[in-house]
Amino acid sequence: MSDVLANDLITPDAGVSPLLSQSDVSILKAAPIARLSFRAREAALANAGTAFGVPLPTQPLSSEIGAKRAALWMGPDEWTLLAPEEDLETLFETIETALGDQPHALVDISERSEAIIVSGEKAVWLLNTGIFVDFSIEEFPVGTVSRTIFHKSPVMIWRTGADTFVVEAWVSFMDYVSGLLVQSAQELTAA
Amino acid sequence: MLLVYCPYCGVSRPETEFSCRGEAHIARPADPAQTSDEDWVNFLYMRSNTKGVYVERWRHIHGCGRFFNAVRNTVSDDFLKFYKAGEPMPDLEELAKEAGK
Ligand SMILES: [Zn+2]
Repeated sequence: MSDVLANDLITPDAGVSPLLSQSDVSILKAAPIARLSFRAREAALANAGTAFGVPLPTQPLSSEIGAKRAALWMGPDEWTLLAPEEDLETLFETIETALGDQPHALVDISERSEAIIVSGEKAVWLLNTGIFVDFSIEEFPVGTVSRTIFHKSPVMIWRTGADTFVVEAWVSFMDYVSGLLVQSAQELTAA
Repeated sequence: MLLVYCPYCGVSRPETEFSCRGEAHIARPADPAQTSDEDWVNFLYMRSNTKGVYVERWRHIHGCGRFFNAVRNTVSDDFLKFYKAGEPMPDLEELAKEAGK
């Protein structure tokens, strides 16, 4: 399944059975991952990117991926940095050392959210049951990342393939998000 | 539903991603200790509440998190302009005239 993803970072959690498995759309829980919230002004970006291993994107709503790394644009001075769990501590140290006394904030937010992988030809249809965003490939190309609202829960949507989306929500909201998605998908089979 | 343009994200999004935070360009008195009670009340609570073209602060709270400003016609709900925080207030009469043609 992970071969449909454009990166080697987000993988289905092997220990969890699929939340939804239909021919036209599936929902898989993603394996835990290290997440860092990085906030800084322009002067610190180059150093941070070098230390992280992937340049931090400055184009709104875009992402940069590299080997086992992803940098997601969250705002004009805010990024989410993704890496494997086992790299967390060394990565944190590396970035802190590289930045020295340059003003910045680096915070481990790994446990704040969980991710699911929504994939299939009906993935866009399914997300649009709760999100009022145009997910056409022209408006929301592969690599686009954005926070938005799914029904009443804040979520982060990251398109990693034409028909594949990573959906992150805060841990206590994830049952709500995935539950509503699974329920909405029943409409596809109800014919 | 209103579509709101975020000048930081560069996209129009549904209003549910945003929160409106009232009139824009209200400057906090530079020295609160020297400000009279009446002036402080004016700063805190008194707003022009225009019927027509009005400048507001909006926040892309469920997006990039940034505050920005918008010019909205409070009668028709038409947005006339969106601009980043810190940029000067546009000429409202000019905007109203342009929108009216
Ligand atoms: Zn924004």
